[in-house]
Amino acid sequence: MRTAKPPVIQIRRVTKSYGHGDAVVHALRGPLTGGGEPLGVDLDIAEGDYVAVMGSSGSGKSTLMNILGCLDVPTSGRYLLDGTDVGHLDEGQLALVRNRKIGFVFQSFNLVPRTTALAQVELPLAYAGVRAAERRRRAMAALGLVGLADRAGHKPNQLSGGQQQRVAVARALVTAPAMLLADEPTGNLDSRSTGEVLGIIDGLNARGRTVVVITHEDEVALHAKRVVRLVDGAIVSDVRQAPVDGPPPAPAAAAGVVA
Amino acid sequence: MLRFAVAGLAANKVRSALTMLGVLIGVASVILLLAVGNGSSVAVKESITSLGTNSLTVSSAASRGSATAAKKLTVEDAKALASATDAPSIKSVAPVVTTSGTALYGNVSYQPGQIVGTYPAYFETSNLKVDRGDYFSADDVLNSRKVAVLGSTTARELFAAEDPVGKKITIGGTPFTVVGVLRTKGSTGFNDPDDVVIAPLPTVQNAFTGFGSVNQILVQASSADATTEAQSDITRILMGTHAVKDAAKADFRISNQTSLLSARESTTKTFTVLLGAVAAISLLVGGIGITNIMLVTVTERTKEIGIRKALGAPRAVILGQFLAESTLLSVIGAGLGVLAGVVGSHFSVVGIEPVVIPESVLGAFGIAVAIGLFFGSYPANRAASLRPIDALRHE
Repeated sequence: MRTAKPPVIQIRRVTKSYGHGDAVVHALRGPLTGGGEPLGVDLDIAEGDYVAVMGSSGSGKSTLMNILGCLDVPTSGRYLLDGTDVGHLDEGQLALVRNRKIGFVFQSFNLVPRTTALAQVELPLAYAGVRAAERRRRAMAALGLVGLADRAGHKPNQLSGGQQQRVAVARALVTAPAMLLADEPTGNLDSRSTGEVLGIIDGLNARGRTVVVITHEDEVALHAKRVVRLVDGAIVSDVRQAPVDGPPPAPAAAAGVVA
Repeated sequence: MLRFAVAGLAANKVRSALTMLGVLIGVASVILLLAVGNGSSVAVKESITSLGTNSLTVSSAASRGSATAAKKLTVEDAKALASATDAPSIKSVAPVVTTSGTALYGNVSYQPGQIVGTYPAYFETSNLKVDRGDYFSADDVLNSRKVAVLGSTTARELFAAEDPVGKKITIGGTPFTVVGVLRTKGSTGFNDPDDVVIAPLPTVQNAFTGFGSVNQILVQASSADATTEAQSDITRILMGTHAVKDAAKADFRISNQTSLLSARESTTKTFTVLLGAVAAISLLVGGIGITNIMLVTVTERTKEIGIRKALGAPRAVILGQFLAESTLLSVIGAGLGVLAGVVGSHFSVVGIEPVVIPESVLGAFGIAVAIGLFFGSYPANRAASLRPIDALRHE
């Protein structure tokens, strides 16, 4: 069954560097050749997988996340998202890809200020051109999924951190994207909210959504089926904790929260 | 989108209000200043029209102090004009002599601005209407009756609240019976057309000026369109009576109100254009205010732009959102400006009654909205072309 589906993400020899000449910094380089030239990073992520990308600050994990999320373009290499080579897309098409294929969850929530939770969740649908009634129905369903149906009319400053992040998760999944991309989703949350948000993400993965979580917390990585570690812009370890087809390893523990 | 724009503006009420104020002042000043310019032009036009647009004034060129012994205008010239059968454009002719003197009524003494001796046609040609009593008649002229029609100012000065009709006044020792008082015409500038005494020509000639030349001959053309034709007819006839062969050496001048009108009109037009230019500058400044504020807004909301882009907002949506905001600013500002301009034009400014030009209202509004679009497009473009990664990192 796994072999039948192509990987959602395929990156080949991707590098990202900043600066020029002697001052060049390789944020993402992969293994080096004998002459010290970066070979680039290779990574495949299968549909339904739950991958935690770990690494300390400066390891290149945020750069990888930006490239995976089509927010940034690699210096070299190829990136195929859901079979599409995003390297050849112009800005408008990239916006479309971000809208249709990727759901973002950020460390700092990144909700639009002065906008109600419902409107936040409707936003990606509005950009996708979904009609108002349909938009509202799907946004309410997404909010229901994260347990915030009763907070639909609240603005970000009326919500707790955990609630804001759950709104962000609802916003990320409302378009039914190919991949949920979470950058330190629990970095700004207390342990209880962390549990809630991770529980929701686990639940989404259990229903087949591909999830990539960028984190530096081992506790978060425990929820993933696969853990990729980055050091200095190269993958140093790639450990599978659970099969792709199975449920995520942690839901057993967090099941109560999602259900 | 409009709702987002309103919410965006509402987030910074004071700032939005001040920006709108800039546009408001611009639009209001365009409307108001153009209205003032137009008002003064209308006033000039009215005062000139009140003199009678189809009247022509023939005056002697000799009064310019030329060395040539120019023949003065006489009653005979007027009669030649009046009796000309081949000049259908000439409707009526009134020779005019003017003099000055002191009028007495009882123990009230007053010096009217002008004492005019003329024919009854003068009233119609000069667009003078009688308010009380009647004009003097052709019969009065033929019999040199000592009757007079007073201008409203003169009547007020001599008689105060009394009804002058039928009363006797004395001018320079000659008693005159007042037969009528003219309706007030209103001042057009330094001389008051209502400060006048009008009497039959022979009476005035007999009492004051003698039976020599006349100061002017007032000719009424059959219509306003016939003034040019009338002018050439007059030239032809007078050249005959004065035995002048060359039109360039004519010893008389003909001036008509139309030429005066167009001269005055071009002056007020310049005036209006100048005022409009000043107002347009203030409108431009208002537009720059929009750019300024929108740039600040874009910087302030860079992160929000980043979020929206990450969620897949196409460039056009971001562009549209900021353009909608700047256009809304200018539309509301311009709307209020139109209101202020129209209300403001109900008050007279330095003695000029402003007359709103409808085109200026539409024009100022349209230009303000266009300015909102134009000056908003730079900040909006900047917002739309931000790279999502840079925008998201912005704090």
